[in-house]
Amino acid sequence: MSILTFTLILLVGAYLAGLAGSLTGLGGGVVIIPLLTLGFHIDIRYAIGAALVASIATSSGSASAYVKEGITNIRLGMFLEIATTIGAVIGASIAILMPTNIIAIIFGCVLIFSAAMTLRKKHDQEGFTGSKAAETFKLNGSYPTNEGIVHYKLTNVFKGFSIMSLAGVLSGLLGIGSGALKVLAMDTAMKTPFKVSTTTSNFMIGVTAAASAVVYLQRGYIDPGIAFPVIIGVLCGAFTGTKLLRKMDVKLLRLIFSIAITFVAINMMYNGFNHKF
Amino acid sequence: MKKLLSEDKDIQQFIGNLLRVGVLSASAIALIGGILYLSIHGLETRPDYHQFHNEPVAYTHLTGILNGVLSGNAGSIMQLGVVVLILTPIMRVACSLFSFAVEKDKMYVIITSIVLCIILFSMFCGIKI
Repeated sequence: MSILTFTLILLVGAYLAGLAGSLTGLGGGVVIIPLLTLGFHIDIRYAIGAALVASIATSSGSASAYVKEGITNIRLGMFLEIATTIGAVIGASIAILMPTNIIAIIFGCVLIFSAAMTLRKKHDQEGFTGSKAAETFKLNGSYPTNEGIVHYKLTNVFKGFSIMSLAGVLSGLLGIGSGALKVLAMDTAMKTPFKVSTTTSNFMIGVTAAASAVVYLQRGYIDPGIAFPVIIGVLCGAFTGTKLLRKMDVKLLRLIFSIAITFVAINMMYNGFNHKF
Repeated sequence: MKKLLSEDKDIQQFIGNLLRVGVLSASAIALIGGILYLSIHGLETRPDYHQFHNEPVAYTHLTGILNGVLSGNAGSIMQLGVVVLILTPIMRVACSLFSFAVEKDKMYVIITSIVLCIILFSMFCGIKI
């Protein structure tokens, strides 16, 4: 295969990955890894490097739209960033000691978990009192809606912080944003309103990915010939996805993608068990 | 108080623009390098990506990348796009630090500094083995 053909196919693949990532809310990175390893038989280390780049691109690209609306809770994000960046550095450090097939198996598990998380019902929890720690760290906030400004309080700060550390480790180890775990920590543990947790998690993904990307870049995991079509493709795909989300109900599409991703995940694990990485 | 709020909004606006400019310039640089790369190497066979081999310094270290860019190395130009992309969220954290300092929120100046230090630590102390 010539470099030109490879680049063009990769561009289309990355576009679809960006689209799928945006419609399911999983982010661009997670779909890139199976695409490169299973689709193109590229070493998983290059795939991890490309996924990191894709995660940063989609996170920063869509965050620029969210920030202006004032939904993102920057204090909450920054506070939890301590956990995710430390986790990411640890994850990137242990990645080098871990056999690539184990990484593939862990990746498969995380992918299935993430796909399942996108299908769960989203509703904001009510009837709890905010915790003292949330008060101390000024994590309670407000966001604008059509009916006026909504104030919210948070709870279980330390539980959320611990889950975030794990999200950071996985993010550093696998090169993905681990948005699903981030949302889990904020929604389920800390009881952040859904809108706020989605945008805040998106803000955090870029920062977490950057913390491990600087390590992976120096380690030579990021190849420019792969990164270039991935950046362009994923960004365009995510852009299309955002537009589609505004226009139509994507419930069915999301279900189809989630099922497809589950099959991909099983395939990754199968190959991992058979030492094909 | 009202003035403070509007300043805060200005900073939010600025951060939004910063992210957009960062992502757009990163993809523009990568695209320029990419087109150059394809016009020179487009018809060669695909590099052997199914085996991991160490990337040259022209792709892994800032000085190497910049030197490559100056000598017109297409790969280095693409990689510069990647570097700009990685720097975008880091710049965002730096902006938030500034914004918390303007608000005189000491606790968050400290928290944001910790985050920035962790990133800088992993950047310079190079946990690359």
